[in-house]
Amino acid sequence: MSNVVPENTDAAVIMRDVDKWYDSYHALTAINLTVARGEKIVVCGPSGSGKSTLIRCINQLETIRSGTITVDGIELTNGGENVDKIRREVGMVFQQFNLFPHMTVLENCMLAPIKVRGVSKAEAEQTARRYLERVRIPEQADKYPAQLSGGQQQRVAIARALCMNPKIMLFDEPTSALDPEMVNEVLDTMIDLASEGMTMLVVTHEMGFARKVADRVIFMDKGEIVEMGEPESFFSNPQNERTKTFLGQIAH
Amino acid sequence: MFRSFGPNEALYIITAVQWTLLLSAIAFAGGAVGGMAIALARVSAIKTLRYAALSFIRVFQGTPLLMQLFLVYFGLSIMGVGINLWVAAAAALTLHASAYLGEIWRGCIEAVPAGQSEASYALGLKYGDRMRYVVLPQAAKISVAPTVGFLVQLIKATSLTSIIGFVELTRAGQIINNATFQPLTVFSLVAAVYFVLCWPLSMWARHLESRFAVATAR
Repeated sequence: MSNVVPENTDAAVIMRDVDKWYDSYHALTAINLTVARGEKIVVCGPSGSGKSTLIRCINQLETIRSGTITVDGIELTNGGENVDKIRREVGMVFQQFNLFPHMTVLENCMLAPIKVRGVSKAEAEQTARRYLERVRIPEQADKYPAQLSGGQQQRVAIARALCMNPKIMLFDEPTSALDPEMVNEVLDTMIDLASEGMTMLVVTHEMGFARKVADRVIFMDKGEIVEMGEPESFFSNPQNERTKTFLGQIAH
Repeated sequence: MFRSFGPNEALYIITAVQWTLLLSAIAFAGGAVGGMAIALARVSAIKTLRYAALSFIRVFQGTPLLMQLFLVYFGLSIMGVGINLWVAAAAALTLHASAYLGEIWRGCIEAVPAGQSEASYALGLKYGDRMRYVVLPQAAKISVAPTVGFLVQLIKATSLTSIIGFVELTRAGQIINNATFQPLTVFSLVAAVYFVLCWPLSMWARHLESRFAVATAR
């Protein structure tokens, strides 16, 4: 597997020979990936292929056994203080939203900027309202997550991550837990974000989104990057048998 | 030769409830502090802390409270601290409550979905902020009903301190019984006083539990 983007020390994310094990299970095998600043990458693959694990390593929700990961020029060492620095610069959106249920939407968005960035309450609120406006739910600011629909909750989760002014956004199957009619409102928000130049790594099976937004699509299987390419060629002319099988299964 | 059981005797028993309540309050307050430390140690990332807390819980859940009372009581006097019933009773019950509350609260902390902590990590929140603002408020909501339930157990457990001679409700009953020899009357009254303390608490715990069930059902 050669990398499409050449080695670049100013890249947003550089993963070199990354291996990850869960006890005796080899979750990631020799992952090499360089993500340029502003690049949008879609990661797909069958369940258990390691795609979520891959992006969770970038903000070290998972620790790796060997290899190196450099994020925004900072090398991630397992458990080191760099982890804190990197988490401040990397936002993440989860499949299950993971909003804080005991806080209002506004409080969800204000907590980290106040506690981690040390901004004032007034400034945090202003930022929060601005991003809630951007994900088009400013009127829900004083509600609790349980009072919102799934799509609204996921947009709040996106706003919450954006309030930290991240340089990179990770999306871990952001629409997989949503009812079908809510998928598009979340995807539209992500498309807006992409058009503003955010560096994005998105694990998703939404191939329409991949075609529209991705600079590169990565196909993973059994913990390996099997194929990687621009969406045009990736979808119309996949090289690897496993990719073809997978695309055949999800095509409609 | 026996005193008869009259209003004065009944009053003596009923006023002894204040020592039961005070001892329960001290043990509960001490147990809350100790239990929080134990619970946090049990979910700590540091292995040594986890095992230390687990051993503490194993010892105090695996031995009778009465033996713990004896050990603290005699232990204190052997160490030359002297025999102080208050210190012995409060210390033993505090250790007992710490172990049980620690285990109850560990369960509540672990019942908070892992995604809550992951979202906190992803936002860069440090341990203290994650616990204080995200995990513990949610765990606290879950913990209210079982905590009140344990308080009922603790109030009843203070009766064991009568055996080392600490004068509370049960011991007051024994004293009156020794003088009047009307055990049925005396201990019915003692039991009734415990019931008046514990029953409303049990009802409250059940009410909290059902309210919590409603709150989480949506």
